[in-house]
Amino acid sequence: MNLNETTVTKDFHLEEPLAPKQTRLEEFWLLFGQNRLAIMGLLIFILFFCCAIAGLFLTSGSKPIFDPSLIRLEEKLRPPFSKPNLDLLEPNQVPTLNFYLMGTDDLGRDVFARMLQGAWVSLTVGFVAVGISVLIGIFMGGIAGYFGQHYIKIDHILWTLFLVSGTGLVLLDVTLSGAALLLLCLAYIVYVVLTRHRSRKKAHSSWRAMLHTNAVSVDTLIMRIVDIMLCFPSFFLILTVVAILPASIYNIMIVIGLTSWMGTTRFVRAEFLSLREQDFVAAAKALGIGNFRIIFRHMMPNAVAPVLVSATIGIASAILTEAGLSFLGFGVPPPNATWGNILSGGKNFIFDAPWLTFIPGITILIVVLSFNLFGEGLRDALNPKLRERH
Amino acid sequence: MLSFIGRSFVQKIITLFFVSIVSFLIIHLAPGKPSQVDPMNPKFTPEVVERFRKEFHLDKPLYVQYVYFYQDLFTGKTVSWKDNQSVLKKIWERFLNSLPLFIVGTLLTWTLSFPVGIRSAIFRKGIFDRTATFLSYLLISIPGFFFAYVLIIFVVTRFHVPVIGMVTFGIGDASIPYILMDRIWHMLLPSVLVATGGIAVLSRYVRSQMLEVEGQDYIRTARAKGLPPEQVHYKHALRNALLPFVTMFGLILPGLIGGSVIIESIFSWPGMGRMAYEAILARDYPIILTVNFVSAVLVLAGTFISDLLYLIVDPRIRL
Repeated sequence: MNLNETTVTKDFHLEEPLAPKQTRLEEFWLLFGQNRLAIMGLLIFILFFCCAIAGLFLTSGSKPIFDPSLIRLEEKLRPPFSKPNLDLLEPNQVPTLNFYLMGTDDLGRDVFARMLQGAWVSLTVGFVAVGISVLIGIFMGGIAGYFGQHYIKIDHILWTLFLVSGTGLVLLDVTLSGAALLLLCLAYIVYVVLTRHRSRKKAHSSWRAMLHTNAVSVDTLIMRIVDIMLCFPSFFLILTVVAILPASIYNIMIVIGLTSWMGTTRFVRAEFLSLREQDFVAAAKALGIGNFRIIFRHMMPNAVAPVLVSATIGIASAILTEAGLSFLGFGVPPPNATWGNILSGGKNFIFDAPWLTFIPGITILIVVLSFNLFGEGLRDALNPKLRERH
Repeated sequence: MLSFIGRSFVQKIITLFFVSIVSFLIIHLAPGKPSQVDPMNPKFTPEVVERFRKEFHLDKPLYVQYVYFYQDLFTGKTVSWKDNQSVLKKIWERFLNSLPLFIVGTLLTWTLSFPVGIRSAIFRKGIFDRTATFLSYLLISIPGFFFAYVLIIFVVTRFHVPVIGMVTFGIGDASIPYILMDRIWHMLLPSVLVATGGIAVLSRYVRSQMLEVEGQDYIRTARAKGLPPEQVHYKHALRNALLPFVTMFGLILPGLIGGSVIIESIFSWPGMGRMAYEAILARDYPIILTVNFVSAVLVLAGTFISDLLYLIVDPRIRL
C-alpha cells in the first residue's frame, strides 16, 4: 500500500496523498451523528443496558437490595411515589428507597424492584435469542453463498439420514436398531475414507457411481430449508413449542433464536454471492488460505453491515415476542418478574391500578423503540448509496 | 410461463411435504404426552387412557401416526381430541368469525398507509414526513397487548361502550340499528389493533418505493417539460411505484389464518387465533397441526400468487 502510494505520487506529482482523510469509522460516526433519532436510540439503549446490569446485581442474591419477590399484603396496589405505612411493616419489609417509586402490585411487591429484575430478563432474551439466530444465519448463509455451487451427492444424504435416524432411535430407547444404523453409517464413512485415494484413479463400480450422482446443490438445499421455515406462522410456532417444553427462560431464548434466523441467512447469502467474485477473495484463494478462514476473516467483515442492522431490529422484536409470551402466561415461571408478566398481572386492575399496566408497557415501548431507531440509523449510516451522496 | 407454473407448483408441494413432517415431529417428539394432560382427573383411569391412545392411534409408531393423520386430514375426517368434533368444521366456524376482523384490518391498512406514505415521500424531510416516520416507529415498537389496554381504557371511559367479545352479552331483542352499532363498536378496536403494525410497515415501504421512483430520470423529464406537480407525482411516479404492491396482495393471504393470538384473547374474540391458543393449552394436536398445515398452504399459495402477479404486471420479467 505504502509502496504503491509513493510510486503514484512520483509518477503523477500529486500533492495530496490518495488515502481518504477519514477512516471508515469516522465517516460512519459523521453520518450516524446527523440522525438525531438514532443517537437518542443509542443513548436509551446504553441506559437500558446499564439498568439491566444494575438490576441483576441489585435484585439477585440471598439478601438483595431491592427484593422483587417480597410480599407485603398490607401494602397492595399502592400508587407510585406513595410512602409505606411504617406501623404495619416489619423492619425488613420497608422498601429500600423508603417509598414505592413505581408503586406496588396486587401482592404488595415493589414494582420498581420487579421492573429492574425484568430488565435483565428482557436484555438476555433479546441478546441471546438474536445471538443464536445470527450465528445460525451467518453459518447457513455463509455456506450457501460460498459453497453454493457444490453438489451434495446421494451418499451424503443417505449417511446423514442414517446418522440422524440412528441417533433418534437411540434417544427413543430403541437401542438395537438405532445402534445398527449408526454402525452401518460409521462403516460406510470408514469405507469411503479408506477407499478415497484409490477410487480417484480407478473407474467407479456402478453402484458407487450411482451413489455419487449429484442430487442437489448446497445453495438449493439451504434455501429450501429457509423456505420451509418461513412457512410456519412464527408466533404460533413459538407459542406451541414453548407451551410443550417445560417453562424456562432458556427455552424461550433458544426457541426464538431457532425460529428467526432466516432473514440473516438470506442477507449473508446475497452478500457472499457478490463478494465471492471479487478480487480479494481470488487473491486469498491464490495464497492458499483455507476456506473457513476466507469466509470468516476476509468475507464476513465485508458482509456484516446488513447483519448488524437486522440483528438490532431482531433484538427489538425478540423483546416484544418475549413480552407477548409472558403476557399470555407462557414464558418465565413465577416468582421471577418480566415486563410481560407484570403487565399481565396488572391487567386485572386496569382501572384501579393503571400504573401496573402503564409502567411496564411504556418501558417496553421505549426500549423497543430505541432499538428500532438505532437499527434504522445504522442502516442509513452503513448504506453505501447514502454515503456517496453525502 | 406454463413450465414456470409447473415447476413452482412441484416445488411448493415438496416444501409442503417437509413442512408437514417437521411440524408433526415438533409436536410429537416434544416431552409430555397428550394422554397425560390431566393425570389428577379421577376419570382418567389407565384403561381410559389406553382406550384413548388406541382410538387416536397413539400406540402406533410415529410414521404410522403421520400417515393416519394426513390421511384423515385429506379425507376431512380429522376430529379434535378435546370434543370429538370435526376439526375442519371448527376451523371454518372460527374462520368466519376472524374474517370481518381481517377484512376491516386489511382495508384500514391499505387505505391509510398509501396516502401517508405518498405524502411523506413528496414532502420529504418536511414536518409531516418526520412526524409520520416517528409515529410509524412508535406503532411498530408498541407491544400490541399494551396498546390494546390503552385503547380499551380510552374508549370505555370516554364513550362508555362495551368492547370485549363480539356482541354485548344479553343484548337480545334490541332494535336493529342498535345491534348494528354494537357490532361495529366491538369490531372497531380489534381491527384497528390488527391494522396498526401493518399501517406502520406498509407506509414506510410506500414512502421508500415512491422516493426510489421520484429519483428516476423520467420523473426529471416530466418535470422539465413543465407538467403540473400533481400529474408528475400521481401519474408518472405513483403508477411505477405501485408495481411491488400488486404482488403484496398475494402476501396478505397468510394473515387470513394467522389471526392475532394476543389480540383475540384480550378481546375474547372467538376467532382463529384464540382457537389455536386454546388448542395449544389443551394439547389438542389435530387442531394445532391442521392450523399449521393450512397456514403453510396459504403462505405457499400467497407466494405463488404474488409470483404470478409479478409476471403479469411487470412486462420486463419473462420466463
